[in-house]
Amino acid sequence: MQINILQDSKFYAIALKGDLDAGSSILLDNAIEEAIKLGEKYILINCIELDYIASAGLGVFMSYLQEFDEKKITMVVYGLQNKVLNVFQILGLDQLINIASSEEEAKNLNHDIQV
Amino acid sequence: MIYRYNFYSSKESLKGIRTFVADTLLLFNLTEIITNQLVLATDEICANLIIHAHQTNENDPLELSIENKKNKIIFEITDKSDVPFDLKNYKQPDILEIVKQRKKGGVGLMLVNSVMDTFEIKKKENYSIWRLSKNIPVPQRITIQTDPSIVS
Repeated sequence: MQINILQDSKFYAIALKGDLDAGSSILLDNAIEEAIKLGEKYILINCIELDYIASAGLGVFMSYLQEFDEKKITMVVYGLQNKVLNVFQILGLDQLINIASSEEEAKNLNHDIQV
Repeated sequence: MIYRYNFYSSKESLKGIRTFVADTLLLFNLTEIITNQLVLATDEICANLIIHAHQTNENDPLELSIENKKNKIIFEITDKSDVPFDLKNYKQPDILEIVKQRKKGGVGLMLVNSVMDTFEIKKKENYSIWRLSKNIPVPQRITIQTDPSIVS
């Protein structure tokens, strides 16, 4: 699992590459926690190169939803492969988490929410 | 046909387990989504056993087997730990409650129950078998019969 972080003036982007499982989910947890500490309001999760997600990975996303709501933070997950999107859908998380198909759509979704 | 994979109780084993399951399922010509769901269910059970039953003790061996029957694929994980798990009293958690409580875990077995047709734990004297099955018509061994009369 590899995580790359890219910060600009508008977005805090976390790019995931490889498998997000019980062993590697702590890396995503740390990255999101860091974004919150920095006071970021728009977090983009790039999943274009994410090949697999287990419950541990889903659990990290789920554990921050309440805090995002309280702190008015918007997180958008985008670029999910069909098999990875399906795992979100099995639990109905696609109804609780903002999911976009592309980076452009993710950024526009952030804009729409901001407006 | 039964395919077997032996591994030790370490989180580092999970990648190898997933590769074994995915490679084995290639033989059955399943869709990418179904294959991923079966890999996921197996991975969840193995991760639970490695982390909770064996506390990632890397000396503890486990075994995974995959068997294809006529309309079914059966996954069995043989575990020699003595940590009991009462599946009969397991209650499916509520997703919204997990979100509210900011919990990072608790949905693994929910995923397993959602994607598999059966899930049971068989208790034996010194070990237990976590058994998952999925009803899918899978190809059996193909036998090609040639008609001797058309052989030149």
